[in-house]
Amino acid sequence: MTLLLQILLAFGTLSLLAIGGANAVLPEMHRLVVEVHGWMDDATFSQLFALAQAAPGPNILAASVMGWHIAGGAGMAMATIGMLLPAAILAFAMQGLTHRLRGNTWLKPAQFGLVPLAVGLIAGSGVIMAQAAGTNWLSFAIIAVSTVFVWRTKYSPLWVLAGGGALGLLLL
Amino acid sequence: MPPTNRELFLTYLQIGLTSFGGVNAWARHMLVEKRGWLTEQEYAETLGIGQVLPGPNALNTAIGVGVRFGGAMGAAACALGLFAGPMALLAGIAALYDAYGQLPLVRATLTGIAAAAAGMVLGTAIKMGVKLKPTLPLLAVGLAALALALLRAPLPFVVLGLAPFGLAAAWLALRR
Repeated sequence: MTLLLQILLAFGTLSLLAIGGANAVLPEMHRLVVEVHGWMDDATFSQLFALAQAAPGPNILAASVMGWHIAGGAGMAMATIGMLLPAAILAFAMQGLTHRLRGNTWLKPAQFGLVPLAVGLIAGSGVIMAQAAGTNWLSFAIIAVSTVFVWRTKYSPLWVLAGGGALGLLLL
Repeated sequence: MPPTNRELFLTYLQIGLTSFGGVNAWARHMLVEKRGWLTEQEYAETLGIGQVLPGPNALNTAIGVGVRFGGAMGAAACALGLFAGPMALLAGIAALYDAYGQLPLVRATLTGIAAAAAGMVLGTAIKMGVKLKPTLPLLAVGLAALALALLRAPLPFVVLGLAPFGLAAAWLALRR
């Protein structure tokens, strides 16, 4: 199987499972690109994900950046198509249901019941990223401060990304 | 007056390029407040469906908005607009990373950003978890998802295995 096809399949399997956005599929993305296929190491994975977080647009574009790193422009196209197309087709097919679903009695439990699952997966992503990014006392300090900042304040998370980058540049 | 497909594309292009830190808040601001194409209630319903469906919420919602005003072509206009700008930008960033990512200063900066991003994801999870005020069964589902993620269990099994428990726990919590 060619590399591009492998990229398409790897991200295609993620597409329909992203129930809480990019952060929820991060553990699986990490498992596929680092552990199953060996396309990059831990540090590269967290740095590419961090770049996608810092840029505007849907966070799911982390997949596109990884595709680029694995196989250039064609890899980026494959990762993006794999990640978006299955979900887009399903969303389009389900649009007719929108009106019929209004006020439906199971819509609320369906929405509500998947949230803790998504939150658990997002927490898992955070731990996996912290394991990869925590290499010395300074990086652990940045992780801790940024966790508390995002949890307790309403400021844009871009401030912690900028601050983390500046501290890394000055002290690492 | 309903927007044309061209207007849908241009508006979503703007949403994509300005939406630092998550799309949904910016999309609401643009579609409800600035353009007035949707009421608050209509946007919330479209977003709600987008969140139940698998796949990126921002994409599902964009498709919902596009279909409403322009059918299949409208959906394509919104989806392309949402991703075109950020994709072009990220291609540039990724190329720079490939060229300069190994330089010591760049590497140190990126290590700092990656640490901050890890904290950002952890902080988001804590914030969401606290806001949810989960009942015991819902908390158990969340912790099981966390444990399975850390054990590197394949995601299809995690989602399909835990979703029924999540739905049951939500049903119980909402019934009270």
